[in-house]
Amino acid sequence: MAKEKFQNFTSRLVPLRMDNVDTDQIIPARYLKATDKKGFGEHLFQDLRFNEDGTPKPDFPLNKPHYKGAQILLARENFGCGSSREHAPWALLGYGFKAIIAASFADIFRNNASKNGLLLIELPYQDVDQMHGDVLENPEREAFVNLAEDTLIWKGQPYTFPNNPFTKKMLLEGLDDIGYTLSFAKDIDAFEKNKK
Amino acid sequence: MTKSKTEKRTLYDKIWDAHVVREAKDEPSILYIDLHMIHEVTSPQAFTGLETRGLSVRRPDRTVATMDHSVPSIDRGVFPWLDALAQKQVEMLAANCKKYGITLHDLKSAHQGIVHVIGPELGLTQPGKTIVCGDSHTSTQGAFGALAFGIGTSEVEHVLATQCLLQHKTKSMAITINGTLKPGVFSKDIILRIINEIGIGGGTGYTLEYRGSAIEKLSMEARMTICNMSIEAGARAGMIAPDETTIEYLLKRVKFKSDAERKQAVEEWRGWKSDEGAAFDKKVVIDADSIEPMVTWGTNPGMSVGITGVIPNGGNEEIVGALEYMGLKAGQKMQGQPVDYVFIGSCTNSRIEDLRIASKIMNGKMIAKGITAFVVPGSQEVKHKAEEEGLHEVFLSAGCEWREPGCSMCIAMNGDMVPAGKYCASTSNRNFIGRQGKGARTFLMSPAMAALAALEGRIEDIREYI
Repeated sequence: MAKEKFQNFTSRLVPLRMDNVDTDQIIPARYLKATDKKGFGEHLFQDLRFNEDGTPKPDFPLNKPHYKGAQILLARENFGCGSSREHAPWALLGYGFKAIIAASFADIFRNNASKNGLLLIELPYQDVDQMHGDVLENPEREAFVNLAEDTLIWKGQPYTFPNNPFTKKMLLEGLDDIGYTLSFAKDIDAFEKNKK
Repeated sequence: MTKSKTEKRTLYDKIWDAHVVREAKDEPSILYIDLHMIHEVTSPQAFTGLETRGLSVRRPDRTVATMDHSVPSIDRGVFPWLDALAQKQVEMLAANCKKYGITLHDLKSAHQGIVHVIGPELGLTQPGKTIVCGDSHTSTQGAFGALAFGIGTSEVEHVLATQCLLQHKTKSMAITINGTLKPGVFSKDIILRIINEIGIGGGTGYTLEYRGSAIEKLSMEARMTICNMSIEAGARAGMIAPDETTIEYLLKRVKFKSDAERKQAVEEWRGWKSDEGAAFDKKVVIDADSIEPMVTWGTNPGMSVGITGVIPNGGNEEIVGALEYMGLKAGQKMQGQPVDYVFIGSCTNSRIEDLRIASKIMNGKMIAKGITAFVVPGSQEVKHKAEEEGLHEVFLSAGCEWREPGCSMCIAMNGDMVPAGKYCASTSNRNFIGRQGKGARTFLMSPAMAALAALEGRIEDIREYI
């Protein structure tokens, strides 16, 4: 199935200056009971973002007015650790994020993100830390994401990020893994035939 | 990439090589999946996707389903669903299984249970197999020398449609535990110590192989506890090569058509091990004698300390935040820390051996005043066996609740939860913020330590009681 093609874009960064943000923080398990992919964005970072009575916590970055509408989350180390719930990228995308910058990402989260068109930008820890400082200094500063060139432009500087050629192609062309694998159905048939 | 026949290969290399359908430069490999287990929470969107594409389930015979995450743990005659959504998930799973001809162990089945507990019980989990499930603790089944790992819902759909996954090969890490565990120290303590040492991101990008004399002495149940928490170190998977302990377990579970078939299977199982001298990308060695009963103090499974230790001084904001959430202080001793709730269960520690250990400690005693203790067997089979042995009577007379199988208070999706601000001694796998309920504070530990905490009303050193 064709998906939306990933387009280059410009956005502010929302800083979430925390290591090891686990999937229970991204979307708590009590919201995993839906049977479709919609509506998870409302509960993104629920317990970090909202008080007991449902009012927004003013200090949480997503609630600060100058980050409203930003499409890039600036995280830190080991973002997305924990469970395999794909509800985590669904929640991030549902909220409006298109890319996440971090020093590292958890393994299953990485898979789940790429399959949904959420771009993960992995940069050295020092660079990520520096960006956190930069954002605090000027929250209105914008970054430019150029997927085809594996580059993030920040403060006029290009930051090159590792980009798996296959994942990149799938994102740029809006292709889908299942379609790709089904194009090798004959190989799967042959494998099954050889297997006892 | 597959390795040449002349190269020395790890167990992971061998399973990988045997399942590559197609490989090409700059593209992920297409890896064949032998067994796909599904449950109610991460499968509905996958089936919907399949339908939208007009596809069907390629191999229903290689797909097995159960219900575990959001099912009630109390009297199933009444079916007290937490809410209509939980009920809908379960009903959708039943409908999807019926439509596509997938075997479902539903709430009425004698085999219902936590997905990672029932795979081995049914004899489906075998050495050399590739096993996936939309749950990160699928790594549990690596204890049998299988390559087992958790996947997301898009990948569930991918496996349903193609019986394959797109995979990049991970690096390999050998974790060797030498020597003998001291009395009162269990496999849960081994894995908590490993995570403490390598860190919760220390296994990212790796498949772990646990080995060494201390691992070889463990039962299959204890091995599953270790492999279960591989993901808590960030690893793709964790595995232990099969040996006579594995084969003994399998021969009781796997069904064969003939003696010849059985002999052939045993022969094949024995071959699933790393070659002598096979190269690993990283090696970690831990002396079993140096492992104490472990307990977590923070908000991830790496934030732990031996029972005689103290909470480390907050050097960074993550530790400060964790201690604030937990209501604890740096330098504080964990021994003597009061608890309000005790949870013995989850895919980490809900098998018969875990319940035997806990019941031995609780036998003839009462839990402390004010403690709520849940004992939740991992499967109907475990529950039945425990009741046959009278373990449930020990728990019930001690004042514990004896519940129906499922994930229960580990993920708190079914209404079994720890209230905000309360402390829980838990045999589960995650002490994340809000994991056992909003505001709940979790201490991870072994079933023996959790049982003792229930009796004492506080965390104590099991070694002083045995």
